[in-house]
Amino acid sequence: MAEVEETLKRIQTHKGVIGTIVANAEGIPIRTTLDNSTTVQYAGLLHQLTMKARSTVRDIDPQNDLTFLRIRSKKHEIMVAPEKEYLLIVIQNPSE
Amino acid sequence: MAPKRSKGAASRASSKASEKSKDRTTDSSSPFGSVEDSGVPKDIFPMVITTATQELFECRIDEDLTKDNPFKCLKKDDILQDMRMRAAVSDFHPVKQMVLDYPAEEILLVFDRDFTYGQSFYLVLTEEAKERTLNPPQAVEEQAVQDESDSIICKTPEPISWVSLGSDLEIDEESVVDTRARLKLKISRVRREFGAPVVFSDRNASETPDGYMECMPYQDKNFSIQLLERSTGIQAVPNRKSSTTQTIWKYPRNMYTQYQAREFTAEDKENCMNSENLKNFVNLVASRIEIALQQNEIMDVFFDDWRALSEEEVVFGGKTETHLKEYQSFTDLKFSKDKTISSINWHPTISGVIAVAVTERLSFEERINDSTKLLLNPSLILFWNFSDPLNPQLMLECPDDVFSFEFCPSDPNVIVGGCMNGQVVLWDISAYAERLQGGRAGGGSSTSANTNTIPGFEDKHENETPVMRYCAVSGIENSHKAPVTDVQWLPEHFEVSRTGVPLENKNLMCVQIITCGPDCCVMFWDIRAPRVAAQPVIDKQQKVEQTPLENPNGVPNTFSHLDLSWNPLIRVNLPKIDSSGEYSPLKFSFRDANENQLGGGADKSHHNAENSEGRAGYAQLRVPSAKQLKVLEDVSTRIFVGMEDGELIYTDWKMEKDSDSGRLFSAKPSRCFFVHDGPVNTVRRSPFFKDIILTVGGWTLAIWKEGVMHGPIMLVSCAAKRGTVGHWSLSRPGVFFIGKEDGNVDVWDLMEKTHEPSQTQNISTTSVTCIKPWIVSSKQHLLAVSDNFGTLHILEIPWALRSPVSKEKLIVGRYFEKEVEKLIYFEKQAEMRVKEKKEMDAEELRKKMEPAVPERVVEQIEEKSLKEYQDYLGLEKVMLKDMGLLPKEDSTEI
Repeated sequence: MAEVEETLKRIQTHKGVIGTIVANAEGIPIRTTLDNSTTVQYAGLLHQLTMKARSTVRDIDPQNDLTFLRIRSKKHEIMVAPEKEYLLIVIQNPSE
Repeated sequence: MAPKRSKGAASRASSKASEKSKDRTTDSSSPFGSVEDSGVPKDIFPMVITTATQELFECRIDEDLTKDNPFKCLKKDDILQDMRMRAAVSDFHPVKQMVLDYPAEEILLVFDRDFTYGQSFYLVLTEEAKERTLNPPQAVEEQAVQDESDSIICKTPEPISWVSLGSDLEIDEESVVDTRARLKLKISRVRREFGAPVVFSDRNASETPDGYMECMPYQDKNFSIQLLERSTGIQAVPNRKSSTTQTIWKYPRNMYTQYQAREFTAEDKENCMNSENLKNFVNLVASRIEIALQQNEIMDVFFDDWRALSEEEVVFGGKTETHLKEYQSFTDLKFSKDKTISSINWHPTISGVIAVAVTERLSFEERINDSTKLLLNPSLILFWNFSDPLNPQLMLECPDDVFSFEFCPSDPNVIVGGCMNGQVVLWDISAYAERLQGGRAGGGSSTSANTNTIPGFEDKHENETPVMRYCAVSGIENSHKAPVTDVQWLPEHFEVSRTGVPLENKNLMCVQIITCGPDCCVMFWDIRAPRVAAQPVIDKQQKVEQTPLENPNGVPNTFSHLDLSWNPLIRVNLPKIDSSGEYSPLKFSFRDANENQLGGGADKSHHNAENSEGRAGYAQLRVPSAKQLKVLEDVSTRIFVGMEDGELIYTDWKMEKDSDSGRLFSAKPSRCFFVHDGPVNTVRRSPFFKDIILTVGGWTLAIWKEGVMHGPIMLVSCAAKRGTVGHWSLSRPGVFFIGKEDGNVDVWDLMEKTHEPSQTQNISTTSVTCIKPWIVSSKQHLLAVSDNFGTLHILEIPWALRSPVSKEKLIVGRYFEKEVEKLIYFEKQAEMRVKEKKEMDAEELRKKMEPAVPERVVEQIEEKSLKEYQDYLGLEKVMLKDMGLLPKEDSTEI
C-alpha cells in the first residue's frame, strides 16, 4: 500500500502534472488527486476512448495490444496507461 | 334504301372478311383469292335470284340449297338459254359476258345465306375458285391449324387494289368545289373626280331607306344550343390511399432520465488499493508514465518554432522605422497666432476630427495689462478635420481661456471645459455634428454645392467657420477660484451621491464631472437639473415668460437649466497630512475612468446610437433620490492627485460626517509622496494595467502602482530638460511618450531600456504642451502633439511602436511586479538597518554607562602586557636553546 502510494506521489510531483487518476476496468475511479466531478468525467470518457483505441489496434493486428495512449490538446496532455484490470490517467501541462 | 343497306352490309362483310383474313394465314373463308379490305372478291359475283329463276334452276332457298349444302352447279347452257329467253329480265343478265367467258360447262352457284357478299346468292366465276369451293376447305383448315401451331410467320400484307366502300363519297362531299362560276365585278369612276375637292352635304338619314345600316340585336342561337357531345381528355392515375401505421400518439409525456456515475465507496477503494493486483499494475505502468512525463518535460514536441519566430519579425526598413513620421500639421493664422495650445482631444466617434483649446501665452502680469484686449478676443476651441488643414471646421467660444476640456463619452456632442477663471463650461454641438462629419471646407473656397443662390441674397457667412457659444456656464461664486486644470467625466455606470458614495447610474449616460484646480479643491458636478424645488408655480411662470426668448445666440437649450446657476455637487478639500493648509491640485486620476481613450470609436458610437434612441435628452434627466439607487461596492473612490508643488497624494473622495457638527468634510489623504521637483503636469493611468500610473513633473517622471505605498516603482530623475507632458501608448503596454520643454518627444520603451528613453525625436522648436495618441485603424495609429506656438502636429506611429511584442503585457506586468518586490525588499532592508542601528546605538549607550573604570583598566592592561612580554622572552630563550642558535653573548644582551 505504501509502495503504491509512494509511486503515485512520485508521479504527481513531476513537473507540470495537474492530476492523477487510478480507475478500474469499468472506468470507476479508485484513487484521484482531482475533485470528484472532474474525476468521474475523465475516468468515464477516457475509459471509453481506451476501449475504442484498443479495439482499433487489435482489429488491425489481433496479436497486437494497446500499451499507452497520449492525447495532446491545446492546454495540456492526457496520458493513459491501460492494463488488464486498471487504468492510470495522468494530466500534464507540458509547456511550463 | 337498298344502296345504304348494301353499303352497310358490304362494309360489315368487308370488315368481317378483313378480320378473318388477318386471323388466318391462308384464305380459307374466302377461297376466292386474296381479299381486299373492302369490296367483293373478283371471281365471284353476288346476285339476286328471283323465286321464278330459283324454281327454274332448282336452287330454291331452303329446299334445294340449304346452309349445309349451299352449292349448286348450273349448266352453262341452261344459263345462256334462260338469258335468251328472258333477255333483260333474266337474273343472269348482269353476268352475261362472264358466263359466256366461263371455260367450263358448269358454273357454281353458291347460296349465301349470311349475305356475305351482299346478296343471297353468288356466282363463282372462275374454275379454280369453283374447285376450291367444292373441295372442302377442311384440308385447308387443317393446314391452317397446323400452320398456326407451328409458328406464326409474319407476312407483310400484300397491297390490294383499293375497293371503294363508300368513303370516297364522304371525301368528295368535304372537298370544296366551285358550284358556280366566279363572278367578276368591275367598278369605275370618272377620272376627273379623282383627287377632286370633296363636297360635303347634309342629308337626313331617315329620308332615304337605304341611307343607313342598322344592326339590330337578335337572339343568337349559338347560346341556346344544347351541348350534346363534348370532347375531353382523360388520364388514368393510380389510386391513392392515405393510411398510418405504428404507435398511437394519444398521450404525449415528457420523459427524462437522471443518472449518476457509479462510484466506489470508501471501503471498496481501500480494498482495491490494498490488493495485490493494483500493486503489480502500478509497478508495471509507472515506468511508462514516467518516460512520457520526462519527454514532455525535456521538450515540447509540438511547439511551432517557425510560427513563433514570425511574431518577432521586423518589417522592411528595420531600425529606421521607429521614427515618428509627420503626417499632418494644423495651424490657423488668424486664431492661433501668438497663442499656445493647452489641451488636445480627439473626437471619440468621428474619425479625423480633433479639437484643440487655444490659450494666450501670457504670464499673469501681462494678462492683467492686456485685459481689455483679451476681452475683445474671445478664447476658442478649434475643431480641425484632416481633410482641411487650413481652416478649422468649428469654433467653440469660451468665456475665458480653457485649460482642459473633454468630450462626453456617452454623447460626443457634449463637451465640458474648465476655464481660467474657475468656471466650468458646457457646449452642445449637435447642430454641427453633421458638418463635422462631412468635413466641408470652410473659409475661402466657395463650393458649388449651393446652385440656387439668388445673386444679392447670398449668405455671406455661409463659408465661414461657424462659431458656437457655450450652452451653460457654472455660477462664479461656487466655482473654482483658480484656473480649472483638469476635467474628467465620471464613467456611465456609476454616479456619486452628495456624500461621495458611488451609486448605480440607471441612465447609463455620463452625468457627472470631476474638476480640480489649484484652489485646493476637487469638485464634483452634476449636469442634470436638480430635483424640483418647493416653488414650482413661480418657476413655471418664469419659464413661460422666458420661452419667447429661446435661442438668442443660436445656442441650443440643452443645459439651460444649469446656465449661471450651476453649482458643484460635492467639494472635496485636500488638507495637508502633516501640517495645516491644503494641497493645490493640478491633475488627478481615478480608477474607474472610461476606456474611451482606446479610440476606435466604431463600437462605442454604435452602442451610443442604440442608447440614444431609448434615452431622454439631458434636459429631462433629474437627480434621483439617493436612497433609490443601489450602492456600488466595487467602485474605488480613491484618487491620485498631482500637486503644484510636486507632490502626489492618494486620497479618498468620500466625505465623512463630522460627529459633532454633522457637517460633511473631507478626510485627510492617506499618503503623500514628495517625488517631483516641479509641478506635476501629468497623472495618467495605463490603459492596460488599471493600477499603474505615470506621473510627470519637473525633471522627473515616475511610475506608481496603486496599493504599493512605499514609493514609486520606477523613478527616473535628472533628465536634461523638463518634462511637460506624458501619455501612455494605446496599443503597447510598455511604451509611453514624454514631451519635453525643448520640443522633443521621448519615446520610452520598457522592453528595451528602463533608465532612459529608447528614442528621442524633435518635433518643434518650442516646448511640447500636450500629447494625445489615437487609434484610427489597425494600420494607422496617430499621435497628436501640440507645441507652444499653437501648432498641432499629427504624427504617425510606426509599426515598431504600435504593434505589441508577443506577451508584452505579461513581460511588462512581471517587470512591474519585480520592481514592487524590489521596493518591498528595500523597505525591509531599510527597516532592518534601522533596527540594527538602534541596536548599535543601544550598545554604545551601554558602553557609555561604564565610565568609572577607565584608570584601573589601564593599569591592568599595562601589567598584563608586561607579563606577556616577559613570558615571550622566556619562550624565545627556550626556543633558541632548542634550535641550538642561542648565542654565547646571550647573558650580556639581557
